[in-house]
Amino acid sequence: MRLQRPATALLIGLAVAAVTGIAANAVARSTDPLVIPITIHFSHYDPAAVTVPVGRPVTFVITNTDPIDHEWIVGDAALHERHRTGTEPVHNARPTEITIPARTERQTTVTFDAPGALQYICHLPGHEAYGMVGTVTITPGG
Amino acid sequence: MRRSPLDRYDRPGRRTRLLLGVPAAALAVFLAATPALACGGLIGPNGAVNLLRTTTFAGYHDGVEHYVTAFQFAGGGGRFGSITPLPDVPTSVEKGGDWTLQRLVRETSPVFLRDAASPAASASGAVELMKVKIDALDITVLKGGAADIGQWATKHGFRLPPDAPEVLDFYAQRSPIFLAAAFDADAAKARGQQVGDGTPVHITIPTRNPWVPLRILALGKTGGEAVQADVYLLTDRAPALLPVPNGSNGIRLDASETASDSLLSDLRTDRGMDWVPSSGWLTKVAVDGEAAQIGYDLAVDASGAGRPSAVDAGLAMPSTAPLSTPVDVGRIFLALAFVAMGLIGVTLIGRSHSGGRPVAG
Repeated sequence: MRLQRPATALLIGLAVAAVTGIAANAVARSTDPLVIPITIHFSHYDPAAVTVPVGRPVTFVITNTDPIDHEWIVGDAALHERHRTGTEPVHNARPTEITIPARTERQTTVTFDAPGALQYICHLPGHEAYGMVGTVTITPGG
Repeated sequence: MRRSPLDRYDRPGRRTRLLLGVPAAALAVFLAATPALACGGLIGPNGAVNLLRTTTFAGYHDGVEHYVTAFQFAGGGGRFGSITPLPDVPTSVEKGGDWTLQRLVRETSPVFLRDAASPAASASGAVELMKVKIDALDITVLKGGAADIGQWATKHGFRLPPDAPEVLDFYAQRSPIFLAAAFDADAAKARGQQVGDGTPVHITIPTRNPWVPLRILALGKTGGEAVQADVYLLTDRAPALLPVPNGSNGIRLDASETASDSLLSDLRTDRGMDWVPSSGWLTKVAVDGEAAQIGYDLAVDASGAGRPSAVDAGLAMPSTAPLSTPVDVGRIFLALAFVAMGLIGVTLIGRSHSGGRPVAG
């Protein structure tokens, strides 16, 4: 009988610790950025489709293996239409619009605030037509 | 002043139009040497995209390829450029003759004839093997991998189209030698060059067999865009070609015949063409297809062996490592399976021979 109380206390302690840990982990998971690597090779994105939760920061690590510059611009159809005729030489002022110079890596963190589907496109001349298009699907209930 | 053998065909001022009449044989990449527009839009500034047009001749004699191509001034200003893959390191790059290309066109265009009868290492990793200035052309022979060449080109103001990384890799895997030509349109104007004037360049390349890059013609084009070019070959005997030009694969055999004495004589009298032999075989391959079709080069076996190289044609890559392919992994598994079956068989046979009794150790 004497051994039962410490054992019970130990079990309760372990259970509390486990619950606390799980909860803390859950909180951390919902606020820490989700890291998604994207490689650009031969003027194509890999992967060309990613799925992310709404409301959670997502860090895109974009590696350009090509000897030419590329862009990663994510947004809706209206934004892409503007960029098709835009004149900005480089992009880096907005987290959703990144220029990745030849053979370099860039990171950007974006939080998508509504579910849906957006595209990421390189708007350098001819690149979109060549296939530099990808899709971000934002799912509800992150 | 040297008289061109074409004079006997031409009326005064006729040659320029003749050259313009050649299908666009862009053995070159169009590359605008201007800052790239980052957001969509046109390829060049002010929409004034002046595509380079070239006509190409590859002659092969005594183990040396003589590659003659013309960079044509198409008007406008600024700087433009091209990158041409080469099969090997050239021994010389010099101004070509004045009439070689036009004379070849005449040889295979009988209808028109009737009408006319009326090294220093650069920061990017690419090695500069040779630098030559010919008229308004600044030519650099480079050695390097696809990334090296791409970076060199970018650093020197060339604007590469999106398919350039893959196409450069396609060539660099087989030959790391490239010829970059920057055309200064302003300098051409200052020299008095008129629209349509070509600057012929003669590249001398000792190599085991001639080889003509064709895939580069489709660079910067979308899949359905037309690719048209004329390639003339002069070899000691009838060459074997790969792919075989059959018309349906984007290349067509327009001429394959013994080179006429008059052609050889006319070619021989042009600048730098004294290498032309006393006899030879003339082949004209017309490239006439869609960009998506032209995913290969023209391999030529001029030896008479009849075995053009699949690697030269870009249909196989030299770095293919047999053991690294999934097929070979499958074979290994298959071999292991046979070994396992054999061991099981041996065990069963052993057991049947021993009557299933344990063997004393």
